[in-house]
Amino acid sequence: MDAADSARRAQLLASVPSYRLCIGCGACSATCSAGQFTQFNIRRIHTAFNCGQTDTLAEQLDSCMLCGKCMLVCPRGVNLRSLIIRMRQLLAN
Amino acid sequence: MFSLFVIPFCIGVVLLFAISAMKYVRWIRQFDKRQQVVIRHNIWSWRFLPAIWEAFREGLLHWRITRHHFLLGYMHRSLAFGWFLLIVVGAVQAILACPDGHPFYVAIFFNFFEPRSEHIVAFARSQTYAHVMDALLLYVLSGLTLAAFKKVWSRPLGMRQTTRHNLVDRVAKFCLWCIFPLRLLAEGATSAIYHNGGFLVTSLGSLMNAMGLDNEIFEYHLWVLYSLALGAFFTLMPFTRYMHIFTEVFLIYFRRLGLHDTARKDGYTLFELSACSRCGICIDGCPISNPLGINNIQGVYLLQNIRNKDLWKQSVNIAENCLVCGRCSTDCPVQIDLETIRRQVRSKDKAPIDKASGYQYLKSVHAFNAVGRVGYFGGCMSHLTPGITEAMEAIFRAAGQDYWYMDKERTICCGRPLLQQGFLQQAEELRHRNSELIARSGVTMLITSCPICYQSFTKEYHLNIPVMHHSEYIARMLQEGRIHAERSALRVTYHDPCELGRGCGIYTPPREVIQAAATLVPTRHEQEQSLCCGINLGNTVISNGQQGMIRDRAYQNLTEPKPDMVATACPMCKKALARGGETPVRDIAEIIAAQLTPAQ
Repeated sequence: MDAADSARRAQLLASVPSYRLCIGCGACSATCSAGQFTQFNIRRIHTAFNCGQTDTLAEQLDSCMLCGKCMLVCPRGVNLRSLIIRMRQLLAN
Repeated sequence: MFSLFVIPFCIGVVLLFAISAMKYVRWIRQFDKRQQVVIRHNIWSWRFLPAIWEAFREGLLHWRITRHHFLLGYMHRSLAFGWFLLIVVGAVQAILACPDGHPFYVAIFFNFFEPRSEHIVAFARSQTYAHVMDALLLYVLSGLTLAAFKKVWSRPLGMRQTTRHNLVDRVAKFCLWCIFPLRLLAEGATSAIYHNGGFLVTSLGSLMNAMGLDNEIFEYHLWVLYSLALGAFFTLMPFTRYMHIFTEVFLIYFRRLGLHDTARKDGYTLFELSACSRCGICIDGCPISNPLGINNIQGVYLLQNIRNKDLWKQSVNIAENCLVCGRCSTDCPVQIDLETIRRQVRSKDKAPIDKASGYQYLKSVHAFNAVGRVGYFGGCMSHLTPGITEAMEAIFRAAGQDYWYMDKERTICCGRPLLQQGFLQQAEELRHRNSELIARSGVTMLITSCPICYQSFTKEYHLNIPVMHHSEYIARMLQEGRIHAERSALRVTYHDPCELGRGCGIYTPPREVIQAAATLVPTRHEQEQSLCCGINLGNTVISNGQQGMIRDRAYQNLTEPKPDMVATACPMCKKALARGGETPVRDIAEIIAAQLTPAQ
């Protein structure tokens, strides 16, 4: 947790407020189109982002195809596509 | 034939033409290279003929606005066509009355110079011309009255919301609104002294005389004010929304030449930005406006923000909050391609992927040998609605169709969701992968259940095989008698998916399919006017709750006639609407599959 960037997390929460609702059920990862080809796992990405382990995150995020299935299965209504786009932007800066 | 008061008008005209010409030359130079080739190729063709007709129909008669709402169309037409005729008939009148020639401003201030100048002579039917000019002025004034009424109460003119204009626009509008009443008053005052003019101004002149006004003093001041209003309006025109008056004509011509918006902002986009009259028709239909009540992101504001470069950053936020349902582009009387312009703004801050990462993993997908079969592409969303894919497989079997379900196990997205968000290069990568798979498999036709994929395959991919949405395919199978469905007693309403209806213009096949198996009941918002289901991949801003509000409106419209079932032709719309209430929601493929009967 030492590497965690709380400011960056706060920025993410500010632009994607629904992210607070995530209960970590993993439905998004189970249905993910990219996850069927690769190790891409949104739940793991969330954890890594929150813990500040961002070395390979940008690369992982690039494999998302933004198809939106995750949003339709999310039981909490988290805006996952927005989350991924915003995370990409935050990591690029 | 000169008087000092004509100077503001003359300066205004010179500035208007000089500034407009400079702008147009600058924009034409900024055309994309490929667009320039298209212009050179098509410029000497017959295409200018339909362009002239369209420019007349839309620029002057405002046909599309009239179809939207009759009174609103009348208002725009009376101002545009009425003023145009005033200029044309005025010019003819001046030519006939001045056999020795005349300076150009005489046509505009004809009633002032007519009794004063010996160069102006009486000609055959001169009084008829005066009456015609008065009738035209009355026509323009009737439109102006409606415009003023609309400012107070816009509902009777078919507009729930009107545009909030910026300061320069409002000043220009004030000048425009002053022009015609001032013209009437100035001509009336002249008529009070010299008894010239047609039925309208002579009546006004008599009234002014009867009121005992000192018309000798009034008259000149009124002509000065009229000239000032004209001069101010013409000077402001190139910097305001009134630039659309000329620009729309150019835009129509360029469109007829075969130009369109490209991935990046170019000269054509600049013409479109200025061709927007900010009429605000795009606001009312927008699902973000009604029911969400967010009224600052619609097409009119997007274009305004792009034009005003100071707000460039803000235009990104404005561009993001849109469902890309296509309603605004359908309603737009200038037919501006708002979706592509939004995409241009959205793609500004989206970095291209590093070639080394990204979608390299898709190379592991190998093509299947399916030579001679038809390819079925369910699409990502169909994986969440197995009922649709199972129904399609049942239909294929019933039709005796040899098919290959190309994304049965794993789906490579068609790329449109990325494209809509402005990730152009990433979308291209996915298109490339899918195209390769389709080409290598050797399928003879591609059928898809997802309207998003369908729009992508037909518009963005360059496949050399026919592509069909499953509604078209089922309709054809029914028509050819390859499948048979038994009609049930169900009453069904149909929801037009945005991507299939407004996006691809497919309205009839799904309805034919429903009618083969059930009774189709109409709703209040059909076809081009259909409502968005709320869950849409175009928007990343609105919340789940806001999506629900949009869906509720669509659901309410669909269940109003109390149907037994709601039908749609899109897996995502099905998912969205199913959450709206008790009425079952089915895809048209499921409805047919349930009613399939063996061939007689």
